[in-house]
Amino acid sequence: MLTEALTTSALLFVIGTFGVLVRRNAIIMFLCIELQLNAVNLALVAFSRYVGVEGQVFVFFVMTVAAAEAAVGLAIIISIFRHYRTVNVDNFNLLKW
Amino acid sequence: MELILFYVFAVTVVGGGIGVVASRNPVASLMFMVVSLASVAGIYVLLEAHFLAAIQVMVYAGAIMVLFLFVIMLLNLGHDYRDDLVRGLYAVCAFVVSGAICGILATRFGGAETSALYESFPGAAAMDLELAERGAVSLIARPLFQEYVVPFEITGILLLVAVVGAVALAKKRV
Repeated sequence: MLTEALTTSALLFVIGTFGVLVRRNAIIMFLCIELQLNAVNLALVAFSRYVGVEGQVFVFFVMTVAAAEAAVGLAIIISIFRHYRTVNVDNFNLLKW
Repeated sequence: MELILFYVFAVTVVGGGIGVVASRNPVASLMFMVVSLASVAGIYVLLEAHFLAAIQVMVYAGAIMVLFLFVIMLLNLGHDYRDDLVRGLYAVCAFVVSGAICGILATRFGGAETSALYESFPGAAAMDLELAERGAVSLIARPLFQEYVVPFEITGILLLVAVVGAVALAKKRV
């Protein structure tokens, strides 16, 4: 089942990458990044089935970091929306205002 | 049987992922994302990572997706059906980049089960034995609280920093 799981993970990662590159809505781009993180998690779990339980510990940490990242990223999106009234990333190109 | 279930989950994972990228309404994207995440949890169960499957459903498909939904509702993006795809050369570049990554991953993952390294792994049978001996939670708890206890504690600080940072960023007047 290793090859199948890794293939699924690779497909998911590519879909996530494509989404980040193609969509302009900041929240959707963010969702696609979560999709990529999930693909990596899936690969780690698939390997941990054959190599050892450490992979699952790493997935645990990745999930925590993803949760923290989602909280901070969404806060940034809210504050950007407050300023520009849009979440389309084409409209903001300044780091400071 | 397991393999059939695996393929069902794999199809819903990939289909959900495509739905996230393809649907115009952010809320629909989010619902596809939940489908995808729940199916990944199903695959975790098939890979005997029961604890992570539970965490995946509770934390990812539950908490994080609700956070996203809150923000979409708060910013009132649920009615936003406008096309927001990039066009022209940039879209071609996006296709090329994701195709290249797909190709690299395919060449790296293709021979995973025939490589010499794979033979040196303990293998699924050894992992099953350990799982039966210790149970799903204890299996992951032992390394988490022994070898990785320092990263585990630092994760707590990270979460605290994230909470403070999120509140500070989203507040109107600091």
